[in-house]
Amino acid sequence: MEKPTSYESEDHLNLKATELRLGLPGRDESDKQSSSSVRNNKRASSEMEGALDVENEERDCAPPRKTQVVGWPPVRSCRKNCFQPKKIEADASGVYVKVSMDGAPYLRKIDLKVYKSYPELLKALENMFKCTIGVYSEREGYDGSDYAPTYEDKDGDWMLVGDVPWEMFSTSCKRMRIMKGSEAKGLGCL
Amino acid sequence: MDPKRSRNSHESVNSSESTRFPDEVLERVLSLLTSHKDRSSVSLVCKDWYNAERWTRTHVFIGNCYSVSPEIVVGRFPAIRSVTLKGKPRFSDFNLVPENWGADIHQWLVVFAEKYPFLEELRLKRMTVTDESLEFLATSFSYFKAISLMSCDGFSTDGLAAIATHCKNLTELDIQENDMEDNGGGWLSCFPENFTSLEVLNFASQQGDVSFDALEKLVDRCKSLRVLKVDKYVKLEQLHRLLVRAPQLTDLGTGNFQQELTPRQCAELESAFSNCKNLHTLSGLWDATSLYFPVLYSACGRLTFLNLSYAALQSGDLAKLLPHCPNLRRLWVLDTVEDEGLEAIGSSCPLLEELRVFPAAPFDLDINRGVTESGFIAVSRGCPRLHYVLYFCRQMTNAAVATIVQNCPDFTHFRLCIMNPGQRDYLTGEPMDEAFGAVVKTCTKLQRLAISGLLTDLTFEYIGKYAKNLETLSVAFAGSSDWGMQCVLRGCPKLRKLEIRDSPFGNAALLSGLAKYESMRSLWMSACNVTMNACKLLAREKPRLNVEVMKDDETDSQVDKVYVYRTIAGPRRDAPPFVLTL
Repeated sequence: MEKPTSYESEDHLNLKATELRLGLPGRDESDKQSSSSVRNNKRASSEMEGALDVENEERDCAPPRKTQVVGWPPVRSCRKNCFQPKKIEADASGVYVKVSMDGAPYLRKIDLKVYKSYPELLKALENMFKCTIGVYSEREGYDGSDYAPTYEDKDGDWMLVGDVPWEMFSTSCKRMRIMKGSEAKGLGCL
Repeated sequence: MDPKRSRNSHESVNSSESTRFPDEVLERVLSLLTSHKDRSSVSLVCKDWYNAERWTRTHVFIGNCYSVSPEIVVGRFPAIRSVTLKGKPRFSDFNLVPENWGADIHQWLVVFAEKYPFLEELRLKRMTVTDESLEFLATSFSYFKAISLMSCDGFSTDGLAAIATHCKNLTELDIQENDMEDNGGGWLSCFPENFTSLEVLNFASQQGDVSFDALEKLVDRCKSLRVLKVDKYVKLEQLHRLLVRAPQLTDLGTGNFQQELTPRQCAELESAFSNCKNLHTLSGLWDATSLYFPVLYSACGRLTFLNLSYAALQSGDLAKLLPHCPNLRRLWVLDTVEDEGLEAIGSSCPLLEELRVFPAAPFDLDINRGVTESGFIAVSRGCPRLHYVLYFCRQMTNAAVATIVQNCPDFTHFRLCIMNPGQRDYLTGEPMDEAFGAVVKTCTKLQRLAISGLLTDLTFEYIGKYAKNLETLSVAFAGSSDWGMQCVLRGCPKLRKLEIRDSPFGNAALLSGLAKYESMRSLWMSACNVTMNACKLLAREKPRLNVEVMKDDETDSQVDKVYVYRTIAGPRRDAPPFVLTL
């Protein structure tokens, strides 16, 4: 496409500043047709650039600058990237659940797929939060420890970790909470 | 009949006395006028009519909160019960307006508290509203009934708690698409136990849990509730409990629509929906899949507005659902439904008047899917009554748009967003000028237009020449030179709002509108080629305009953002440091 003539004829000294601000990758291109040069809005990333060059051989050449354009497309923040395209196969990418610990300033996330059994999971939690959870027993729960690991299942109920088989747990666990102190003791006495 | 002497008469007597109405009659007639545009016209007829109109106006609409001051408003209209105020420029929705820009409601409330103690309704759009302001509102107006906040910011759920606690006569609490801080869902519990007047409750944009117990009890005791839109943390199971307590609902926003239900629970939910005989609007449906659509079927036949824009449905899902919804007038979807989904719309919804297709992943550049021109064509073929469209796509052709407007010549709102800036017709490689040319030539009723794609000045020539009813124009990454903008400013006689970003329009273009801006609500230009000199000149020549400039760089003469609007209130007194009023 032809460069807009007004750009060139304007007296402005700061065309460079204009370029950055405008973020018009499409307008600086040559006359090649392009079906969708989506990469123009891509964040600057050298690895991506390499990959894209292979993909987009036939497409127009985007400028090396890869700044994302502010406020474009004009979509309100409540609609931004809330959706993942539906995964056709089951999660290959892991089952990340939030883990909160009473008294900790922030939550953590763990991938349940990484663990094959309860002892592995509990060990990881103990390492992550620098606490001792202890050993599970059906009758006493985690009695003997100040902490009890609990999880929220698909129905929204808070359950003690360890009661159900590992497979059932790892597919129904939505988030975890490591309970502390008297609350935990209360559970252990059930 | 002898005309009585008007109590305001200092007007010279009409030659024909029978045309003088007594004030009482005039006021009685005028009180039946609701449209603010009609009222504006009435007030211009003569001084008598101006006075009669101002005494009978109960609702005032202020499209730009800085065009007038609260003192002027209360001075002119003594009997206001309902106020609608809009604040920030629309591009603030897309982060183009820095924080703390202004449009704070508080000073308005302070003035209203003194002069409008009987204020009942407040509707705000793009204003800054703090919790303190909400508390002040709740405690200053004993007859307060309805609050609607759309795209506002500055408040949290604590502010809602204040409303719930103090507004004994509340009928409407409508919180839409706001930047609201979530301090917990306890605010719902603040409605007193003897409070039953609620008719509209919308907290769909809340980002956290609410106390479901309190919600259930509230819905149970508010028998006049007709609009209920919950947030996405309300589960399907809970929805059922709400529906059985409110079968009279006309407008429902569900919570999350994905939860494992037993067959019995499904049946119960289905039964609850079928009992909602007045339901015509359905929204929410977060994470909905077609799995639970059957529970909706009994209600679908009555639906006129279906908002699926929070459900990432595929074409098959839509194809299953839509045949049950033949009466839809308005439909919002995500582009995950793709062209096939749009074909389903074309074949199932012949009465459709409005379609909005939102992008599921607008900033994800690896995605090449979504909808194309063929989906749009399919809808235009099946839905001849279509007059409002908002369409996000990644490819379009001039020929397709020409076909579309031929099928649907009655467009009043045509907002097409080809998501890659400056993109050509992908089949011919040409600019998209002819597409929008076709739109403005064919759609003579066009009021609102948003353009995109690679566009030269020709597009603007077309717009200026043909778009005689155009009121709002949104321009981004378009045009070749000042000439484009000049065409529009010279052409469109009804233009009220012009918003432009990232386009090569400069000083000549800005100044060519000198004579026009006072007849418009506002002009926004950002990332264009305007300099300080032109803005200063504009401000000097037109003292009744506020010319507000935002600059990135202090030393530069280049203007980053300029916002021009007519006002009778003079320059803003609350402008933040980064806004220069010239």
